[in-house]
Amino acid sequence: MSIADWLSQRESRRYTKAGAEAAGGSNDVPDGVWVKCDECKRTLYEGELVESGRVCRYCGHHLALTAPERIELLSDEGSFVEFDAELVSCDPLGFVAVKSYNESLEKAREKSDLPEAIVTGRATIGGMPVILGVMDFRFIGASMGSVVGEKVARAFEAATEDSLPIVLVTASGGARMQEGMLSLMQMAKTSAAAQRHAEARLPYVSVLTNPTYGGVTASFAVLADVIVAEPGAIIGFAGPRIIEQTIRQKLPKGFRTAEYMLNHGMIDEVVPRAALSEHLGLLLAYLSGATAVAGGGAE
Amino acid sequence: MTRRKYVMDFERPLIELEEKLAELQRLDLSGNPELLEEVNALAAEVEHLKVDTYQHLSPWDRVQIARHPERPKTQHYVEALFEDVVELHGDRAYGDDEAIFAGLANLSGRRVAVLGHRKGTNTKENIRRNFGSPHPEGFRKAMRVIRLADKFRLPIVSFLDTAGAFPGIEAEERGQAWAIAESLSLLSAVKVPVVVVGIGEGGSGGALAIGFGDRLIMLENAYYSVISPESCASILYRDAAEAQTAAGCLKMTAPDLVDLGLVDQVIPEPLGGAHVDSATVMAAVGDAVSTALDALSGIDPQELVDARYERLRSIGEWCTIDEG
Repeated sequence: MSIADWLSQRESRRYTKAGAEAAGGSNDVPDGVWVKCDECKRTLYEGELVESGRVCRYCGHHLALTAPERIELLSDEGSFVEFDAELVSCDPLGFVAVKSYNESLEKAREKSDLPEAIVTGRATIGGMPVILGVMDFRFIGASMGSVVGEKVARAFEAATEDSLPIVLVTASGGARMQEGMLSLMQMAKTSAAAQRHAEARLPYVSVLTNPTYGGVTASFAVLADVIVAEPGAIIGFAGPRIIEQTIRQKLPKGFRTAEYMLNHGMIDEVVPRAALSEHLGLLLAYLSGATAVAGGGAE
Repeated sequence: MTRRKYVMDFERPLIELEEKLAELQRLDLSGNPELLEEVNALAAEVEHLKVDTYQHLSPWDRVQIARHPERPKTQHYVEALFEDVVELHGDRAYGDDEAIFAGLANLSGRRVAVLGHRKGTNTKENIRRNFGSPHPEGFRKAMRVIRLADKFRLPIVSFLDTAGAFPGIEAEERGQAWAIAESLSLLSAVKVPVVVVGIGEGGSGGALAIGFGDRLIMLENAYYSVISPESCASILYRDAAEAQTAAGCLKMTAPDLVDLGLVDQVIPEPLGGAHVDSATVMAAVGDAVSTALDALSGIDPQELVDARYERLRSIGEWCTIDEG
């Protein structure tokens, strides 16, 4: 399927409730089927999982959400308007390993029904206008290449331009290897855009979800005014295998979970999914002081 | 001929031939014109092979050269190019990471701040310097000196030579990712010229943390990559031995990065690599840095920062598709 065909088939009502359900849960199981919790391995009813925001009723484990599911959970109903959906990855290096990058991209688009690993747009949260960006781990591990970097930078610029707060929900394996140095440089690009937004005294809240690694953690994800994480989310720089190979020992239990990083002073708070949307509203209200006083025209 | 201490895989056939030739040349062949002729022919062959070996370097060969233990390192550049060097220590929070050099120095009459990844020249030094792989406190020391340079209007010269930020338990606990991210946002906004020189390894986020600015100069055999070829191979091929292949796929050599529009200038190295003639290579780096600083020195600070932002903003390639 060509990119153009795929895009034309894409359902425009993805961000309504019906659309989100049509896009399917993270476990690729149709409605009415039983799903196993990744953590406690107990069986959960899919219909119930949709109701609970995909949180296990037995152990409280937060299962992965797709970007459309997350947007629906966080933003006021019907408020989300996507931008930059027309940006899609090409293959700047002609990268072919076991399979070609183009093949990986095509598979990722089919699997996720998304054009890239992040969805960005305008929304309201608790009635407050924001720029919202959500990463989707199904798309090549939500790795950051040129398009993800560009969409994040544009999201910060849109927020700066319109004096808006920005909320970014991260999940990522890190920089996208298949675009080489172009990917690495997206770390600097997104950090620079975040810096400009910060200089305008505008609020930025990041929500780190499972897992957030590598070049995304080491750039825009942790540059927020307030860093929130979901319970149990793994947050780190290097991949676990790389660390074990380097130091030649097993990693301690619970290493780099949100709770572990909280204890080490690296994040502000761990907020359960059910309380997340309301909590973001509260945070943004606290952080909007400068914007309100300056009438949005900081600098 | 002195025996080389360290031989890279790809040059082994050449070195072996060179040693054989040297042995033959030590013999007195004045009474054996036929053998003398053969030795001379062999000498010509060696010369030919030498050019052939070093002029057609694969990306993996260049990685070997970039990692060569005798390759000039940050401290050698600091010694050779700068005067009145004052090294500054510590991050004021945790410790002093010797894997990062930071200091103030005089580059042919111009006062600058100098940063660099610092590998050791021997095992003892390498253990102290963690083989040039910084912990968060190393990047935080660099940030402290970047702020100092900004405050006192000193241009920044940064030398890149690291396999990457250290992937260890304590590094994670102390916020390796946080240190890198904060360094990136800081560096993007400093109102002084930033000239970066890739002298050896440019390993991922650990290199990038002090590795972008207004000019990027690279030595011919230096590399700069999103991931080490070994890690890339173990992820994509489940086999670190495929690192040679990965090094090609990643487009990480200086010439590749010129093609991608990321590198401003490549400094040629002598046949065999910078370590063959360190003094000449270091002098060329000094000239290139001075020329870059000359060009940047007259620019209004805000214009400089805006131009740096535009430089970053222009990086990336994608397609645009009309929806619907």
